[in-house]
Formats: sequence, C-alpha cells, structure tokens
Amino acid sequence: MSKFKKKKSGELPAISTASLPDIVFMLLFFFMVATVMRENTLMIENRLPVANQVEKLDKKNLVMYIYAGKPSSRYSSSAGTQARIQLNDKFANIEDIAPFVLAERAAKREEEIPFLITALKVDGETNMGLVGDIKKELREVQALKINYTTRIGDASDNLK
Amino acid sequence: MRRSRPSVNAGSMADIAFLLLIFFLITTTIQSEAGINRKLPPPKDDIPEGFILKRNLLVIELNSKDEIMINDTIRKLSELKRIAMNFIDNGADCNYCKGAKDAHMSIHPDKAIISLRSNRDTGYDAYINVQNELVGAYRQLRNRESMRLFNISYDELKLQYSKTGEIAIKNKLKTIQEMYPEKISEAELKQ
Repeated sequence: MSKFKKKKSGELPAISTASLPDIVFMLLFFFMVATVMRENTLMIENRLPVANQVEKLDKKNLVMYIYAGKPSSRYSSSAGTQARIQLNDKFANIEDIAPFVLAERAAKREEEIPFLITALKVDGETNMGLVGDIKKELREVQALKINYTTRIGDASDNLK
Repeated sequence: MRRSRPSVNAGSMADIAFLLLIFFLITTTIQSEAGINRKLPPPKDDIPEGFILKRNLLVIELNSKDEIMINDTIRKLSELKRIAMNFIDNGADCNYCKGAKDAHMSIHPDKAIISLRSNRDTGYDAYINVQNELVGAYRQLRNRESMRLFNISYDELKLQYSKTGEIAIKNKLKTIQEMYPEKISEAELKQ
C-alpha cells in the first residue's frame, strides 16, 4: 500500500533545534547564579582607582560600604556638584557615619563585630579632604579595619 | 483510530529563555570586591615625633597638585617603590636585611616608619597610587624573606593559610610580618 509512502530521499534533514532551549536555559541559570544584585543604588559617580597590590574581600556579610564621589548627573541639580558621601541609599553628611557604623554593628552578632571591615568605595577624583574626614570619623567609633576598594590593574592607569 | 492529543508548541521557549538571558547578561555587574586593606590607628594615638630618629623616618608628602615629595625632594611615582624598599631594607643594625647600610637611613625594618601626609586637595587616585607602591614594597621584601626561610613566597603562604587555616602556616606568616612590619603612619591631614 502507499500508506507508508516514503519521502523523497536525498534532501538534507533539518538540524534539530530542540536542544536550543536547554542550552539557553543552562546559560541563563549560570548568569542568574553568578549575578550579584547591587544592594545599593549608586547616586554618585563611582569610578574606583586602579591598584595591583590588592587583597580579595571575602565574607561579604562582614563588610559595610561607604561610598563617596560626585553626585551623578541625575542628582546634581538637587545635591550639587561637590563630592558627597552615600550611605545605604541616600546622601549623608560626615556626622552620619558614626551612627551608621553603630547601626551596622548592632545588626551583627557579637562575635562577628571584631571582623567587620569598612570598605571605602571612593571615586578616583575625590579629594583626600573628604576621605580624611571619613577616616577620622571611623577612628572615633573604633572601626579601624578599612579597605580601599579598587579595581585591579596597572597603577599607571590612574595617571591620565 | 487513535486521537492525537494536541501538544503545546514549545518553539517559543527558546525565545523566552533568550529574553531572560539577555536581561541577566545586561544587569550583571560582577562586582569588584578587592582592595588595599589598611588598619587605622586608634583615636588619639599619633606617633610622638620626639622619640623617632630622623633617619628612621621617611616622609612622603602629597601636595594639592598630586606631586610626590619624599624627604623634601619631588620624585616620580615610579621611583617610590625602590626608595621605600631601600629605606626599609637599609638595616644598619639588622642581620637579614640586604640594604646598603647607609648611615642616613633606617636602622631596622622594625624601627623604620613611613609617614604619609596628604593635603586636603590631593586626589584620591594619587593617594591610592602611593599606598599601592608602599604595599608593593613591603610585599616584595616579605616575599624575599619568605623564599629564603621557607622556600615559598609570602603570597603563596597567605593563599595556603586561607585555604587550610593551619596554625603552622599562621606562625610562618607571623614570623615574616614581624621581620617587616608595615609601619605607615598617616598624620592628620594638612589644611
């Protein structure tokens, strides 16, 4: 019978794309796992300086972040163009640092407190005056372990 | 005759997955979580000037134009590491140092203090550059001594310690750190 009539042979069979979703899903899962969502929305410019003698900052839960830099263009009309400090999601003044550190400390378990590190994420174009003020405040509240967060690379990239 | 069940068309699955993939690709910021670790001095604890011999002090000043001045002469950043190493490792009275034993530089790495002063208008970039070079100088000296004593570099030891946490390695690290303690003093900023 001609019920099972064969197709004409000689045509190339189409490449099956059935496994394409699997491959894409695999990639998707990789990126979903590898993605670190930013905890803070940056309201400042934050082009970190470059250094090559760096140490990795692990134990993310023991790090508190202090950002500083010029307000980004969206906020420059309300916050001015001078370099500002950002704590959590808002602009802050020098005197807000001490309460911020104490609040961060209070949220941690007691045995973790000595290992807390303050990461200073400061824009490369900031003046040392602001950084010095921040450091002075940190000394006052005994938050002595700090980390100048940098990008990894050759230091000569800073001199442009 | 068998009735064929209608199957869901999975052809658009790839498109949906691609859309999600592209979303995550764009939003991913693999965060740069590395930097230079420093320890601040406790409040009201500046090193008293009177007790330090001038030869044991290397004064590095950064002015408002980001120029580096070492002991009152302007120097380039590229020279800084060598100068710092010569100063720390001079070791007039130190049996493991390989320095020149100059009479105008430090007696012992333990006594050698680098004083880093910056102006309020100094750029943060320049400051990090200097810090980077100083850390580099100490690191190179530590690596050298570690190679000599334990036949393994200081960086390698550190890596091993972070993996295994063995006390023996910690003691080795401590030995090296005591040979070349990082003594960088930052006086309060100049106005």
